[in-house]
Amino acid sequence: MILAATSSSINVTMGEVAATLVLVALAAAVSLWERADLERDIGIAVLRSFLQLTAIGYVINAIFDQDSLVFVFALIAVMVVFGAFTARGRARSVPGSFMPLLIALSIAAVSTLGLVVVLGIFEPKPRFLVPVGGMVVGNAMTAAAVSLNRLGDEVRSGAGRIEATLALGATVRQAMLPTLRRSLRSGMIPLIDSTKTTGVIFFPGTMVGMLLAGADPVDAVRLQLILLWTLLGSVSLSALTATGLAYRHFFTSAHQLKDL
Amino acid sequence: MILPDLTISLPSGASCVAGPSGSGKSTLLRLLNRLVDPDSGTVRYRGRDVCEYDPLELRREVCLVPQLPALLPGSVADNVLFGVGLAGRDADVARMLELAGLDPSFAERDAAQLSVGEQQRVMLARALALEPDVLLLDEPTSALDEEATTAVEETLRRLQHEVSASFVLVTHDLDQAARLATWVVRLEKGGDLVGQGPVGELLRR
Repeated sequence: MILAATSSSINVTMGEVAATLVLVALAAAVSLWERADLERDIGIAVLRSFLQLTAIGYVINAIFDQDSLVFVFALIAVMVVFGAFTARGRARSVPGSFMPLLIALSIAAVSTLGLVVVLGIFEPKPRFLVPVGGMVVGNAMTAAAVSLNRLGDEVRSGAGRIEATLALGATVRQAMLPTLRRSLRSGMIPLIDSTKTTGVIFFPGTMVGMLLAGADPVDAVRLQLILLWTLLGSVSLSALTATGLAYRHFFTSAHQLKDL
Repeated sequence: MILPDLTISLPSGASCVAGPSGSGKSTLLRLLNRLVDPDSGTVRYRGRDVCEYDPLELRREVCLVPQLPALLPGSVADNVLFGVGLAGRDADVARMLELAGLDPSFAERDAAQLSVGEQQRVMLARALALEPDVLLLDEPTSALDEEATTAVEETLRRLQHEVSASFVLVTHDLDQAARLATWVVRLEKGGDLVGQGPVGELLRR
């Protein structure tokens, strides 16, 4: 069990949190100066992040106090449903995308968390499963949304080629294979690229958090690697499932491309 | 609504569906090989409702060459063999290219690097590789210049003698219809039927 031990913790005061609003003000000033018209969005983003993270902080605290996996599953189920709703908003060009997204995020969450427990990487405790589950669902959501967004664009722009392939007697899957591959790549490439450049161009969040909390850098690096590699598995499952289920919604049972 | 109250028949041999843009010519071809189904009415092939056929089998038998080239990434040979490969068969690429009016040396060229006219011929070659009973050609010369149009028409006339397939050609050009078909269906904008019959008789009217 690599991560059974508890790491050190730090106390962050509300005053310190409030002090970072100076940097938010800097962002707003840049927006005003350059007339980027983003001040309102910045304000909403700051407010929402404060409210959402504070709320989830209390929820996580309660789940940790209960120390029951039932609450962990309930929280992850809620995240999956909200994630599917959010991703559907970005994949509007794909008809009936909600169910594929819901299934994709569920498979990504369950299989990834199941594997990290079975492989003995994390203990099956709320303290580990809640944060890892949150990262898995969040990244799986982004990958699925990007993949489906690309899928919708590709089907529209490539309708002529897809129909020309169907006209040769190809099945929908045969006609869609090149499109599915490109869509899958779109969903996976951002995480693959950030995994490639981690430690060189940027320090990922978990590692930064652990270093700030006073952890040994070696432990921070190992945990970061575990999370990055776990996320690679989950985003691939999510993008594969979402595109694999959603593309059929563009077609009839007679292998005809529907009017888009 | 497209093609309302339309009753037409297309005999074996070389037929042409002629009409202006918006008359539903391309839709008619797509109905014939079930790329779309009618909201109402029936499309029959050899006396049987096309909806009773397996759509994949029907499309190999009644094969459509779309108006605009839409080749797959890869070589010309990859494209020619794609459709026939799906059916679990093989084809003589050089022969198919010759039938479509291309030199066999085109086989290894990158399909994406060809001119529109050459791509159109590769589309024709890959349809011919399926040895269809009916070849549906959607305005095969609409994207070509005069010289290429003449060459494609010559290829199509030659093909009518060299392969046993029937042809249904869609065009907005009545002169082209007269040059390439023996039977003509004339549509007007909105999909109403102007007339149908032997080409000489109908186009003289």
